[in-house]
Amino acid sequence: MTNVLVVDDLDVTFALHQAEVKAVSDLSFSLAAGETMAVVGESGSGKSQAFLAIMGLLARNGRAAGRAMLGEVDLIGMPGDRLDAYRGKDIAMIFQDPMTSLNPSLKVRTQLAEVLVRHQGFAPDKAGRAVIEMLERVGIPEPVKRASAYPHELSGGMRQRVMIAMALLCRPKILIADEPTTALDVTVQAQMLELFKTLTDEFGTALVLITHDLGVVAGVADRMMVMYGGRCVETGTVDELFYDPRHPYTLGLLHSTPHVAKRAQRLDPIQGLPPSLERLPSGCAFHPRCAFRFETCFAERPQLLPVDGGARGRACWYQGSLKHEEVA
Amino acid sequence: MLEHNDDLLRIENLSKFFSVSSGLFTRPFQLKALQDISFTVKRGETLGIVGESGCGKSTLGRCILQLLSPDEGRVLWLGEDIARLPEEQMRLRRRDLQIIFQDPLASLNPRMTVGEIIADPLRTLMPEVDAKGRRERVIKAMEAVGLLPEMINRYPHEFSGGQAQRIGIARALITEPKLIVCDEPVSALDVSVQAQIVNLLSDLKQQFGLTLVFISHNLSVVRHVSDRILVLYLGRVVELASGDDLYADPRHPYTRALLTAVPIPDPRRARQRTIDGLVGEIPSPINPPSGCTFRTRCRHAVALCADKRPPLETVDGGRLVACHRWRELAVTAAQ
Repeated sequence: MTNVLVVDDLDVTFALHQAEVKAVSDLSFSLAAGETMAVVGESGSGKSQAFLAIMGLLARNGRAAGRAMLGEVDLIGMPGDRLDAYRGKDIAMIFQDPMTSLNPSLKVRTQLAEVLVRHQGFAPDKAGRAVIEMLERVGIPEPVKRASAYPHELSGGMRQRVMIAMALLCRPKILIADEPTTALDVTVQAQMLELFKTLTDEFGTALVLITHDLGVVAGVADRMMVMYGGRCVETGTVDELFYDPRHPYTLGLLHSTPHVAKRAQRLDPIQGLPPSLERLPSGCAFHPRCAFRFETCFAERPQLLPVDGGARGRACWYQGSLKHEEVA
Repeated sequence: MLEHNDDLLRIENLSKFFSVSSGLFTRPFQLKALQDISFTVKRGETLGIVGESGCGKSTLGRCILQLLSPDEGRVLWLGEDIARLPEEQMRLRRRDLQIIFQDPLASLNPRMTVGEIIADPLRTLMPEVDAKGRRERVIKAMEAVGLLPEMINRYPHEFSGGQAQRIGIARALITEPKLIVCDEPVSALDVSVQAQIVNLLSDLKQQFGLTLVFISHNLSVVRHVSDRILVLYLGRVVELASGDDLYADPRHPYTRALLTAVPIPDPRRARQRTIDGLVGEIPSPINPPSGCTFRTRCRHAVALCADKRPPLETVDGGRLVACHRWRELAVTAAQ
């Protein structure tokens, strides 16, 4: 399969008052056409900042280095006006709160049609019709009526659908969704995840799903990347990581996640707290919380290396078994 | 007088209305946040309360504690109705009833030290405890929740979300309450920290013989901690059952839909299962549907459901369900 995005050695740094803080370090991965990749991590893991950097949406004090190849073009370091030729057209991003993406003072039709006029050169009336079609596709009842509404007149789930419609209007190669269902009720979340699956299949869009919820990952993703302290610590297919995790942090996340079908006596959480990026531990950033650590982990940082010679990778010094009972 | 020795708390026909004004010259609407809620909380159990946004679960928690006073119905605490109690009378009972909030940092006063925050309920509710006794209790509570006693003079902003929630829990424990209402206590926390707090709450429950009312939108967490689970939809009880019964054999179509919608962290099972897709979203509680409030999203709804509100029936010795069609649906489900 062809890769639609290839990221190499991505670093994201923020300049604070006294110091520089590195939010993402040496991140490399590729995204194949049409696949769904989940990016999992806790707060401060760098999962959102990595993709904001790729979209050229870092805060003013943020700086990205490395490469993010969208086909032949490198998005890192590209000025905003040139990025606009690709953003919204080839690569789109949606967020947890739809109101951050929708202009509250424009009717739904107006702001969605603008995308098509700008990127595809549609005439306004043709764009209007395409917008209605897309609203119908994302499951909005009475799309003609809703198109004339302002975002605040719609319910939360409806706004999320409008945002998805807007992101998919140009049938982008890549859709990045940052915690898209976290604020939604569970029944609406289920509808939304179904919609993601159907639409990305239909349009052949590769989906990057940034989330902290392993339940969401299990239901939707093909592959996953686990991040900790700004680095990828384990990557592989969803089945590989869920049923045979090789990094103690992945294992810890799985053991921390309650399962609605089971009432275990106790969860088996990871001790301690996620690290502050300003004071990342030496060696492996996970070592203070790791049950498998030994001397090397304190001093030297493990590289992300292939596991069993295959496509999966992990960054961990420990070579023994994690003695993981199947989570099923 | 105790009618039922097991019942610590008994809610009878409780309703709570809010007046919502949409503009200066329009008549305010009445928002029926809770209607005709009845259930009991047994001594030593954890009762989970689940439902989606707007179902009234947080309002219910606040009505239990008399932080909001119900418009109708009774709140029987150890057999005594505390819903109409004057505040100074209520104050004497508040040491028995405490609460933990969702957003740990927002619920801690940033100008008070950790020690002052945790001691605060003692000052107001148990003035008979002197300064030395307060300090002893604070240190005991801090140790119980896994905070180091030397943190006593620090301020909330120096703590992470998980530690701040431990401070909130210590504050709730300090008066040695009998019942703690936990209102979305882990929803704002990272997954690994969430598991720590869930374990801490169950340890404390054992250690201090607490009774918990655990409110959450997260069914997996509720299932994990609760003995019995109450399901709310649009301000009404739709089902109440033990966690095992509710999961294995949900009787209300809404419970069934909720359970199939919960993401499960198991890829093979997630791929196999079919989601009992609910159409649409929760209607506005200002103008709820007639009859059964769930009927607008229920695929089993018939004419009767629009005409008549289903009563909350007691079935199979103790389970409660409010659905006209639960019997026939249970037969279908079994087949």
